[in-house]
Amino acid sequence: MIEVKNLTKSYGNFVAVKGISFKAERGQILGFLGPNGAGKTTTMRIITGFMPATSGTVEIDGLDIFTNSLEARRRIGYLPETPPLYSDMRVESYLRFVAKLRGVKRSAVDGAVDHVVTVCGLTEMANRICGQLSKGYRQRVGVAQALIHDPPVLVLDEPTIGLDPRQIHEIRELIRGLSGERTIVLSTHILPEVSQICDKVVIINDGRVVLEEKITEIPAGTSLEEVFLHAIAREGHVEGASPEETLEEVGAGHSGQQTPPENQ
Amino acid sequence: MRNTFTIAGKELQGYFVQPVAYVVLTVFLLLGGWFFFAMLRQFDEMVQLIQMMGQADQLKEMNLNTRVIDPLLHDLSIVLVIVMPALTMRVFAEEKRTGTYELLLTAPVRTGEIVAGKFLAAASFTLIMVALAWIFPLILMIFGDPEVGVMFAGYLGLALLALSFVAVGLFTSSLTQNQIVAAISSFGMLILLYVISWPAEAGGGMVSSVLSYLSLPEHFSTMTRGVIDTTDIVFFLSVIVLALFLTQRSVESARWR
Repeated sequence: MIEVKNLTKSYGNFVAVKGISFKAERGQILGFLGPNGAGKTTTMRIITGFMPATSGTVEIDGLDIFTNSLEARRRIGYLPETPPLYSDMRVESYLRFVAKLRGVKRSAVDGAVDHVVTVCGLTEMANRICGQLSKGYRQRVGVAQALIHDPPVLVLDEPTIGLDPRQIHEIRELIRGLSGERTIVLSTHILPEVSQICDKVVIINDGRVVLEEKITEIPAGTSLEEVFLHAIAREGHVEGASPEETLEEVGAGHSGQQTPPENQ
Repeated sequence: MRNTFTIAGKELQGYFVQPVAYVVLTVFLLLGGWFFFAMLRQFDEMVQLIQMMGQADQLKEMNLNTRVIDPLLHDLSIVLVIVMPALTMRVFAEEKRTGTYELLLTAPVRTGEIVAGKFLAAASFTLIMVALAWIFPLILMIFGDPEVGVMFAGYLGLALLALSFVAVGLFTSSLTQNQIVAAISSFGMLILLYVISWPAEAGGGMVSSVLSYLSLPEHFSTMTRGVIDTTDIVFFLSVIVLALFLTQRSVESARWR
């Protein structure tokens, strides 16, 4: 379970996150959406304990990420915006390193590495050097390191970015298969992804939560794209901005939102 | 403790797959070899000169320890001032730039363990480097008769000096994500510790004794002369502990800043 309360983060005079609150229950996959620069990555970095909040709290399974940091961090698997790979290490030894670092027992390290290598489709890449991998494989290794200690909470910052359609499908299936007892927060720009795999959606804009809703509560016939644009437009901030187009949207014949901004 | 060794092991492996460490090692040993050669040539020439002049009592004063090893160690210490910043500049800076810092800081590991692990690895590599420089005393021992104890004290001094350089380097690397900035500031601090006693030579008093206490060569010279004094060892250890403490604070600051 992840509970975020009144989170604020300012960098000097710039306030990136302005009092965000939301909650992800155990077994839930929460889609975390928002335009670029809305504060998604900052929020995720605070949730995982990488940086402190200016005010507000984050609880991971009831443990405060700031005051009970070590215990809380033990429960989190985190895929940052850029996969945190050491470019001169081989995939397998990298995963072994992360396993030990995240506290996997010595006797269980081999098993854990084998497991994530299989699950993430890295069997043929296990002996390659991380720095020589393609973007898609780097991303997969990133997902693999987040899963390695079998954490109850997963925080994934754009897990499917840079993957080809087949890989996107695989990673999606993987995430869906992972949910069960876990709590997963994932940020993405691909809206159909959210409607396909998430149970709940939180949309933030300009550092504020503008929508928090279960996927099942979104009225039938309304696409998530409409919900998204409506939610962020309500703030009167991104007038005329077009959503990131994805293969699926193009395939589905969506060609709207291409009128240029009027303020020119 | 286990985390410290995990990090140290990974870091140490890193030194052996990266060109920087090999370049540092090679430059250190090659320059050392050149200085050694130069010192030996001078020694040889002096001995021949004295023999020609037939001054037997002066010949007795010709000593491999003071004429070859002592100046060689001083030269090596200057090479260390130049190459150690290159060895340590990437330790934290690179992780910050490539994003692996996020992995490290979100793992259930204390910052003290991270700093200790990184220091342990850099220190091990440095000690290997200093140990390889024993080749010069070994050559002297095969062809001459130097005092082993004095050389040992000198090399202990060199090792402690190098470890303080490592600690200072880790500190500057933890301050920035730019490796060049890390290297130059560490270089600056090391030079400062080298010349800090210069104003002290002019006048006496409290200030000058403090400045000369802070000077690295002051403590190092005692050891190259063969004297192992607790004052000097305590001095080097305090530099190491202080620099590592500051590094830990600097890494930890990411958690509250």
